Amino acid sequence: MKILISNGRLIDPANQRDEISDILIDKGKIAAIAKPGRIPKQDTDGAKVIDATDQIVAPGFIDMHVHFREPGFEYKETIETGCQSAAAGGFTTVAMMPNTHPVNDNRSVTEFMLSQAKAHGVVNVLSIGAVSVGLQGEKLTDMGDLKTAGVVAYSDDGHPVMNNELMRRALEYSKMFDLPIIQHCEVLDLTAGGCMNESRVSTELGLKGMPTEGEDIMVYRDIALLEKTGGRVHVAHISSAQSVDLVRQAKAKGLAVTCEVAPHHFSLTDEAVRGYDTNSKMSPPLREQKDVAAIKQGLQDGTIDMIATDHAPHDLADKQMDYQSACFGIVGLETALPLTLKLIDEKVITLPQMVALFTAQPAEIFKLDKGNLAVGKDADVVVFDPQVEYNIDVQKFKSKSKNSPFHGWPVKGRVTHTLVMGKIVHTSNS
Amino acid sequence: MTLANRDILSIQDLADEDIEAILDTATSLKEISTRKIKKVPTLRGRTIINLFFEPSTRTRTSFEIAGKRLSADVINISASTSSATKGESLLDTAYNLEAMNPDILVIRHGSSGVPQMIASHIKCPVINAGDGAHEHPTQALLDLLTIRERHKTLTGLKVVIVGDIAHSRVARSNILAMRKMGMVVTVVGPPTMIPVGMAQLGVSIHYNLEEALRDVDVIMMLRIQLERQSQGLFSSFREYSSLYCLTAEKLKNASKQVMIMHPGPVNRGVEISLDILEGPHSVVLEQVHNGVAVRMALLYLLLEGGNEDSN
Repeated sequence: MKILISNGRLIDPANQRDEISDILIDKGKIAAIAKPGRIPKQDTDGAKVIDATDQIVAPGFIDMHVHFREPGFEYKETIETGCQSAAAGGFTTVAMMPNTHPVNDNRSVTEFMLSQAKAHGVVNVLSIGAVSVGLQGEKLTDMGDLKTAGVVAYSDDGHPVMNNELMRRALEYSKMFDLPIIQHCEVLDLTAGGCMNESRVSTELGLKGMPTEGEDIMVYRDIALLEKTGGRVHVAHISSAQSVDLVRQAKAKGLAVTCEVAPHHFSLTDEAVRGYDTNSKMSPPLREQKDVAAIKQGLQDGTIDMIATDHAPHDLADKQMDYQSACFGIVGLETALPLTLKLIDEKVITLPQMVALFTAQPAEIFKLDKGNLAVGKDADVVVFDPQVEYNIDVQKFKSKSKNSPFHGWPVKGRVTHTLVMGKIVHTSNS
Repeated sequence: MTLANRDILSIQDLADEDIEAILDTATSLKEISTRKIKKVPTLRGRTIINLFFEPSTRTRTSFEIAGKRLSADVINISASTSSATKGESLLDTAYNLEAMNPDILVIRHGSSGVPQMIASHIKCPVINAGDGAHEHPTQALLDLLTIRERHKTLTGLKVVIVGDIAHSRVARSNILAMRKMGMVVTVVGPPTMIPVGMAQLGVSIHYNLEEALRDVDVIMMLRIQLERQSQGLFSSFREYSSLYCLTAEKLKNASKQVMIMHPGPVNRGVEISLDILEGPHSVVLEQVHNGVAVRMALLYLLLEGGNEDSN
């Protein structure tokens, strides 16, 4: 079926495009792009028309960090519901972390996840394989076999690779397959038992803190190793000012280091933990104002390459408990766009920069043939109204889980249409 | 007199006038405990549940006696006898107890924030009887009463709090309460036990006990737990004692009027030498004694505070 997205502001950083355009989609691909009304009538005949007047049209967003909990924890999220949540948030490609049960540390699990995605998922689903068997940090996985099965990166995510020797070998070994290692940077002996950022607030609340040095030391270690070994390191959900600086310095040296930030780390500080709302508990934890400022600086100057949500669904029972015992993590796919749009109002980044952070930059770093709306490319498209105002309501989330600290927040900006391979997978009234 | 808040979860829930009112009420209620018949009918027909998820002798008994002296029905539930061991969630336990219409729930839990969490989900007023390393507001109130009795004032007094500040809810509640009352607070202990951001709470920090004791009016010693040794927070009881045990030698520069406090239970000879613990400066048992009066005052003000006829 043909679809004509008419009269929207097309922002496509991969092709340096930012102008009011009509876009014709046919057979799952971008068929034509022209100024409004300029695509020949015979080409648009019979096309379903999406009127994108006053809206932004962009490549579908890419999120390189989601937890879809299948297999193992389907009561929190499944690949099917996770994909619906992604589509509602404007994401057309997501990469699943391997901390499932069983762990995605071998090709049969990868193949299962990707086949579930193919059968039930409405967006493109990518898989990230484990660095070590069982995320135990002891023995490397069959990285080659995992790549054959389809993984696009390796990560032990929430179980960071603590052993320095193993990390060195993982960087060396992964070079054969030219895939990056995504590191959740946290030196576990410094954060053991911690449940929030270490700060004046943790002292007042009597909660065990997780100091930023826990993150910084591992960021530095990985950079130091990489300098010798080569390979590629991608720092997951960067949260501390010092870590942003370390990545900036490594990039200046020309090292293959990239990083992502999650919207909550530039939207909230550890002040949100007051009152012990367990939806403010995530890892890395919410930091201080100086860290938020450094992250914004990093987004502005290009140190931070992409926005990733670390979508981490947990059901009520895993969150409705004492702060110390509650699970880490929040859902993120359906709040990422409005939270990031705030950065444009604050003049931290421009709208085209935001789109690049969500599309062209992750595509380039992870070598995905996505995030690009040139003629002939896959028609993964998001249409959003950046002005519409509303309050975030977790009950309206498509995700199975509702664990978000942003419930009730007044925000601007909502996805009105999400298209994957030329098919409309999500619509909402602006 | 009505308190500003119906839940007493933190010293921050109390206005300055609330603290004054609680101490004054406690002072007037102390007399009841000296009678032969130690009971008044004020809270007859009221039900107080003590829900303790952590062992406690002093605090639980103190709340129980306080309730009973005011004629309330007091029910004690400890974690070992509750459904906690059956995996019933905290909130389910709270909802079930609330369904039986208690007038006050007194909660102690080893994890910071639990009384807050429960209070935000139920209608029944909650008193925090100690949560993790967060707060122990009634302890701070009884400490203030004890100090006021000795020194006749609070404003301007110099206090040192000594020991494991990082893990102490007693220290946190006292720092908040003492600052509210215009006292000057110094914390003393090994740097491993002074948490990040302490100076921002308006206290001074000192590592040397003997020096810190010069000219102070109040010394509050905290309990040190052996498990902190395995966490690397101190090397041994022996070294800890040599640095921070309150002895006659360390007290030689202290004022003659200094009072020595400890929330208990005391590791005798580790935090305080025996002669000091039992000597004239020690008010450890006065603290326990005042605990009953302060809790009576709090129960009374929470349940009957707005009702002048009941007096």
